[in-house]
Amino acid sequence: MLLRAIVRNCAAIRVGRIGATMLLAALLAGCQGGVLDPQGPVGAAQRTILLNSVAIMLAIVIPTILATLGFAWWFRETNTRARYLPEWAYSGRIELVVWSIPILVILFLSGIIWIGSHDLDPMKPLDSQQKPLEVQVVSLDWKWLFIYPEQNVASINQLVVPAGRPVHFSLTSASVMNAFFVPQLGGMIYTMNGMTTQLHLQADQPGEFYGRSAHFSGDGFPGMQFVLHAVAADAFDAFVNSARSRGQALDKASYHELARQSIDVPPSTYRSVEPDLFHEIATQGVPPAPGPQADRPEPGVSPKTGG
Amino acid sequence: MLGKLSWDVIPFDQPLPMIASAVVALTILGVLAWVFLAGHFPYLWREWITSVDHKRIGVMYTLLALLMLLRGFSDAVMMRSQQALAFQAPGYLPPDHFNQVFSAHGTIMIFFGAMPFVIGLMNLVVPLQLGVRDVAFPTLNSVSLWLTATGALLVNISLVIGEFARTGWLPYPPLSETAYSPGVGVDYYLWAVQIAGVGTLLTGINFVTTILKMRAPGMSYLRMSMFCWTSLAASLLIVAAFPILTATLAMLTLDRYFGFHFFTNEAGGNMLMFVNLIWAWGHPEVYILVLPAFGIFSEVISTFSSKPLFGYRSMVAATLFICIVSFMVWLHHFFTMGAGADVNAAFGIATSIIAVGTGVKIYNWMFTMYGGRIRFATPMLWSLGFMVTFVIGGMTGVLLAVPPADFLLHNSLFLVAHFHNVIIGGVLFGAFAGYTYWFPKAFGFRLHEGWGKLAFWLTLIGFYATFVPLYAVGLLGMTRRMQHFDVPAWYPWVLVAGAGMIITTAGVVAQIIQLVVSIRQRAALRDSTGDPWDGRSLEWATPSPPPVFNFAALPHVEGEEPYWSIKQRAREQNRLRDEPEYEPIEMPRNSPTGFICAFFATVMGFALIWHIWWMVALGALGAFATFVVFAWRDKPEYVISAAEVARIDRANRSARREALATYTGPRP
Amino acid sequence: MTAMDVRERDPYRIHGGHGHALGGPAPIRIVVGYGFWIFLLSDIVMFSAFFAAYAVLAGKTAGGPSGAELFNLRNVAIETAALLLSSFTCGLAGLAVTARRSSWFYVAMTVTFVLGASFILLELREFVHMVASGAGPTRSAFLSAFFTLVGCHGLHVTAGLLWLLTMMAQIFAKGFRDDILRRFMCFSLFWHALDIIWVALFTVVYLLGASR
Repeated sequence: MLLRAIVRNCAAIRVGRIGATMLLAALLAGCQGGVLDPQGPVGAAQRTILLNSVAIMLAIVIPTILATLGFAWWFRETNTRARYLPEWAYSGRIELVVWSIPILVILFLSGIIWIGSHDLDPMKPLDSQQKPLEVQVVSLDWKWLFIYPEQNVASINQLVVPAGRPVHFSLTSASVMNAFFVPQLGGMIYTMNGMTTQLHLQADQPGEFYGRSAHFSGDGFPGMQFVLHAVAADAFDAFVNSARSRGQALDKASYHELARQSIDVPPSTYRSVEPDLFHEIATQGVPPAPGPQADRPEPGVSPKTGG
Repeated sequence: MLGKLSWDVIPFDQPLPMIASAVVALTILGVLAWVFLAGHFPYLWREWITSVDHKRIGVMYTLLALLMLLRGFSDAVMMRSQQALAFQAPGYLPPDHFNQVFSAHGTIMIFFGAMPFVIGLMNLVVPLQLGVRDVAFPTLNSVSLWLTATGALLVNISLVIGEFARTGWLPYPPLSETAYSPGVGVDYYLWAVQIAGVGTLLTGINFVTTILKMRAPGMSYLRMSMFCWTSLAASLLIVAAFPILTATLAMLTLDRYFGFHFFTNEAGGNMLMFVNLIWAWGHPEVYILVLPAFGIFSEVISTFSSKPLFGYRSMVAATLFICIVSFMVWLHHFFTMGAGADVNAAFGIATSIIAVGTGVKIYNWMFTMYGGRIRFATPMLWSLGFMVTFVIGGMTGVLLAVPPADFLLHNSLFLVAHFHNVIIGGVLFGAFAGYTYWFPKAFGFRLHEGWGKLAFWLTLIGFYATFVPLYAVGLLGMTRRMQHFDVPAWYPWVLVAGAGMIITTAGVVAQIIQLVVSIRQRAALRDSTGDPWDGRSLEWATPSPPPVFNFAALPHVEGEEPYWSIKQRAREQNRLRDEPEYEPIEMPRNSPTGFICAFFATVMGFALIWHIWWMVALGALGAFATFVVFAWRDKPEYVISAAEVARIDRANRSARREALATYTGPRP
Repeated sequence: MTAMDVRERDPYRIHGGHGHALGGPAPIRIVVGYGFWIFLLSDIVMFSAFFAAYAVLAGKTAGGPSGAELFNLRNVAIETAALLLSSFTCGLAGLAVTARRSSWFYVAMTVTFVLGASFILLELREFVHMVASGAGPTRSAFLSAFFTLVGCHGLHVTAGLLWLLTMMAQIFAKGFRDDILRRFMCFSLFWHALDIIWVALFTVVYLLGASR
């Protein structure tokens, strides 16, 4: 695609991008772990698009701001050297320019939007030699349940994936809306009851990455966080084996217990998972999780029913 | 008998809301007591509460907005200070309270701060700029005002009786459904916004009709001031968008009250439909707020540059362009819903296309200043601050319209910083520019310049100190609406933002002092001619404050900038126009309909929130009876005699004659 | 000085004048009619939101009955006939107003009321029947949307009936005064608009629903 070639090769943008990177890097001096410090191909590609877009826009935003301030200062009332044009209110040439500058920029940006949206569609599998790891994600009030269907284990508020291998997430919610978000890997996506969303991510190197819910979901929302451990392939197998060897089994009964509202739940694992549990939750074969229950208050939850 | 209402619902155990509400209640009681004891009530009732005069209604709208901005601001202070204290700690606001605070902050700022401010300025100015005596439906206008006040009252009642919503300013289901929010909080939200929304819809209808059907002789569409154009665009958006809000809130209400299944998890309900519908209203709403602000900047920049607005027709085109495209972009509020690449890309492109319209406007303002002779009065400072700030906010907005970038930034504090960047930098700066610009028109004296400039600089610096750190921390992955957080990297930025709030607070204080000082020094700040800024549009042709009938004789408009041409002719001939032949003027009578109707709406809203059904019926009956009584009156108008009109106009003419005599002409 | 005198002497009063734009503010009758049209447009926007919700949820029966099983087209046909006929009689009332024939006005309005009320009664009967047979609005999302859309129209008709009675009382008490005539004009616009919405509703909900 021509546009793609232009975007990739345009020297001005590259310079602008370096500028934008430096600006943002200065802003974030000494800080790591955000979306500008990606650790996987998706996050890196999204950051590239982010920086490209900023660079393109800065190319007109900075001159505009400078011109605004410059005009305002030069044409101040006390400046006797400035020409006063009390009737000047139209110039076809300037009109043409002021319409075409934004239109051209937006045209250019539209190319990026179109290509970027398709390249980085969360439903699109990643290019990789390896078969993606399947992970099913369920947002609960207020914790994350990660099911590994192929390994038949599950974990709460911690996610262990092999580094360098794509992960295919299928996501749903047991109750209210949430958004699954690991800033350094990129690609936020909503979780909704009765629906399944898809997401493909990959961590390039082993490491620990912070993840959390990005969409407000109630009183326990701040605690809806987890650490994504990207580990070597053998360490992943070790994790699966150790998970299999202890903890509860996740069946209907224990899921029912888990689905109750609770806050700041520590990470844990389940040694087995009832087959098709995710599917049942996503298609409402298992009824949606309950909200606050006045007869069984959970720690830190105050279901005010208003009298 | 009293539905769900009982003594338990008053949070006696929570000191913060109790103290806050006690202070507010005591202040209100004190003011009321003073009003009654000093005998001001009959005056207030006669001249203000029952007034159908668009200028007074505009002033009351603005007053409501200023009070609610303070309330919303105190919520903001609580949020920023809570987060500053809540790094790996619980802070001082428990989750259920913090969640009410941010929900109330958003709701109040949009519906009861920004909307009444913008609508108040529209009320004050549009009929004057059109050169007419009032809006199309003056009594309906009063109904709109008081219904908006009803909504604001209900939100504030929730502080003491029961609780407010804990679901954010847009209550996304299923969290806002009874299953997950069993309390009355969401019901307060629903009825407050619903009632105020009806008021806003009526305003929209009123202003569309006024601007399209009631203009001074000779005022063709392309001679209207830019503010009238943007008000027209905003009113059209209100008429087209607010019914969607009404319907959406009605559906959620039916879900909550009668167990319907529009948005529930069960029985085939669809939460995505809520999200689509609410943003089909919500995005136009953004432009309902910002378009009038654009109009204010156009007026202010042109006046203080002593030049006509550059590219007037192109500005009109850009306004209507924004007006239409604003309905085609709502999906960008949920790119992360997994809608698929084609849909996301289409809405992303549509969204960035809006920036063409705003871009054109920015350049036209820039060239309005070019060749001008710029006076840096407070309104002009707000406008310049806006131009710089809004360009940055627009840039981050377009950035968020790029779906892959949005996947990284959505729901983060970057997003929060972006929309505050455009709403504070656009709408609020615009409202403050309009407030200082038109204050002398409304009250007959200018606001104090020194305090105004101080307030501007503090607010500007405070804004950047608060929101640049939020941009940064958003890039670090911090999401919005967190009662506490555990990530060390975020902490310094949150602290800086908290410090920024202190500067902003100083700006707010300066603004209050400005008002007090100005009132005390009103004699020195008096505007005797009615044209304190050397203005260009028709509102400056009237005395300050204008008489109830605005114009002794309706002006005959002969071109763009009608007042400027009148003034130029007077300056060239060194004399005012001939005195018109004064004639009696017929004006609409004041009416308590709006106030009484809103009283019943308050009763009804409160009863609905607490399921007190007999009271609901009573309120409905009362409202209907009010309208019937209104419909039954025989004399809707009264007549001001020609002599009285002449007396008022001659006083103003003599002031203007004096000003003309001392006019030395523009510097060569 | 009476209001009438002023009206003749000051052509640019707020409520008066001749034409608009170049001639100044439009006459009050035009302004009122125009404003009411804008209101009706906004009402139609609101209905379109309910229509959209219905379209989204029409298939979400959650195992409950579908439209084809529930709708009795004969009943709906009678409702439609009553409402359309009432629009006609409302038009007759308008003619009676123009001719200042109060007796004909009362007759036409009464017939309009009876037709409108029978429409509401038939609709209520349908609703009661559905709820009794376990197909109430809480049964499924489809039924929620159905009851809301049709019920919202029904509420409008009910409000219209209330307005109709008020209108008759006003003509009785005040006669054919200018402001009353303007109000009657708004009422008839409202009543006809309800017809238009019903035609859409009849088609989208009942005809398409019964064939589904």
